[in-house]
Amino acid sequence: MSDLLTIDFMQRALIAALLVGTVAPMVGIFLVQRRLSLIGDGMGHVALAGVAIGLVTGQGPVLTALVAAVIAAVVIELLRDRGRTNGDVALAVIFYGGIAAGVVIISKAPDGTPANLTKYLFGSILTTQRDDLYVFAALAAVISVTTWALRPRLFAVANDEEYARAVGLPVLALNIVLAVLTAATVVIAMRVVGLLLISALMIVPNAAAQLIARSFSSGVRWAVAFGLVSAVGGVAVSYPLNTPSGGTIVLVAVAIFIVTAAVAAIITRVGQLRHAVAESHDHEHGLECGHLAVPHGDHVDYVHDGHRHAPHEGHYDEHGHDERAGSSNGPVDGAAETTGTRRS
Amino acid sequence: MRLAPTVATETVLSLRAASFGYGDRPVLADADLVVHPGEVVAVLGPNGAGKSTLMKGILGLNELVSGSVTLFGIPSTEFHDRARMGYVPQRHTLSATVRATAEEIVASGRLPRLGWLGRMRATDRQIVARALDVVGLADRAATEVSTLSGGQQRRVLIARALASQPDVLIMDEPTAGVDAASQHVLAAVLERLASRAVTMVIVTHEIGALKRLFTRVVVVDSGRIQFDGTPQQYSTAQGGAHRDHDDHDMHHHDDDELDSEGGVVPRGPLDQLRGHHGWSA
Ligand SMILES: [Zn+2]
Ligand SMILES: [Zn+2]
Ligand SMILES: [Zn+2]
Ligand SMILES: [Zn+2]
Repeated sequence: MSDLLTIDFMQRALIAALLVGTVAPMVGIFLVQRRLSLIGDGMGHVALAGVAIGLVTGQGPVLTALVAAVIAAVVIELLRDRGRTNGDVALAVIFYGGIAAGVVIISKAPDGTPANLTKYLFGSILTTQRDDLYVFAALAAVISVTTWALRPRLFAVANDEEYARAVGLPVLALNIVLAVLTAATVVIAMRVVGLLLISALMIVPNAAAQLIARSFSSGVRWAVAFGLVSAVGGVAVSYPLNTPSGGTIVLVAVAIFIVTAAVAAIITRVGQLRHAVAESHDHEHGLECGHLAVPHGDHVDYVHDGHRHAPHEGHYDEHGHDERAGSSNGPVDGAAETTGTRRS
Repeated sequence: MRLAPTVATETVLSLRAASFGYGDRPVLADADLVVHPGEVVAVLGPNGAGKSTLMKGILGLNELVSGSVTLFGIPSTEFHDRARMGYVPQRHTLSATVRATAEEIVASGRLPRLGWLGRMRATDRQIVARALDVVGLADRAATEVSTLSGGQQRRVLIARALASQPDVLIMDEPTAGVDAASQHVLAAVLERLASRAVTMVIVTHEIGALKRLFTRVVVVDSGRIQFDGTPQQYSTAQGGAHRDHDDHDMHHHDDDELDSEGGVVPRGPLDQLRGHHGWSA
């Protein structure tokens, strides 16, 4: 690894991977939440047209790709908001128009070879320039600060758009912000991940995180961790293996997903074994329900017909027997005792 | 109106010859409706009759084709303080695309009060905690919502609406598709709110489970408001022919049953409230 770090292009690629691995899942979770998992893919198509224009005109392809992707993002959200036209077909026209224009225009560029095209589509550790890195770092900072500041609002709109509208949240503005964040993420990722695979780095770490998360905030944390490991690990492995970095990164992410799915299945199985559910419980315990509440670890048990019942998810768990009606912290018997592990 | 003079003259909402729908085809036409503070209004009617259109029209989610809507004395087109409108949508299940806890969902209801960039302060968190408490889900705050029962999820949505401290609650079928035990708790939650003089407009296709809650009944059918009066007038108008139907809806929710369970919520204040408002009992 110390060898890798001394190689100049490798350093740059690893820094780019660090940035994109952090930012892509942060933005991606809202796309997953809105069931727009493939929109990043479409923006990658449009960004390719931007890259091609940059190569032909001699502008920096990063800048032209950013402009193209942001314009597409805003147009897409406005189309979705109007909703009357067939939005789905409109998206398809924009996306395929984008990639077709990219392929045609790039063939007219001075160094417009198929090999060049492949780098942009599938990522390469060799292509990240020093100037690019500064732009990527600035973009990543803007994306993460914006996402963090607006996170509760983006969550509310993605969770229930109709409700958000009814209570007066700026729904269209927030959706446009999310689309622009997605476009900027696509551009940061185009060097190491590639325009055709960037969507995977926004979605797959989130898919894995959702298997084990028990809240939105823990979902974000797991997804960023998985994204970082995938991006940095993928770049590091792609050098000795001499493979395209984008494909390698995504394969690492997919491997993480599979391992996580297996672990989550085992955890669920173990959880079922070590906890007993109160059968046919049609009473809801609460402050005023009349049943004695007994502190038990980090939660409260209700003494109910000789059993101690603890609220868990949509049901009650058996936390042992308790024949007393008075307040007590006495020992609790029963195999279902979970000593303060209100599993979360 | 039949309200006693002690009640504030401000109206919560007022519709004048309002038609809602899309373009030149109104789904609900020529609606007149005035709701005063403290009223609990049932909007009844068969599915597809226009009652959801009425509700979404009030919330600004449907196009106002003609007529006028006034919210808290302000024409709806100029009304921007929408956090005063507490909306409880009909959701058989909460969106399950990503994991979220009950507390996270309810906290999103606080946002309308925080502006563009405001963060949750300690008081906001207390309001969220209290909203969860009012619906009896304080001990489920950290529970992932998709693991909750249907009735509990419905109460999460009520808590979310309460978190913005609204001046009126507008609910779409709060008891539909909820099992009997949960309906019982839901009814208790709504009675608790009514006893605190929360103004409510509740869209429902059956009056049964919530019968004692309402101070007023509005019936929407065939795209028109067909009836507007007290529950007593409604029962009288229904006559004997529909009594069987009501009893059918009620079979899990006899008044005796509501009172027996050690009283999840004491019922007294609601009746007193009705007295204050001059509704004949
Ligand atoms: Zn109890
Ligand atoms: Zn316990
Ligand atoms: Zn119990
Ligand atoms: Zn359990």
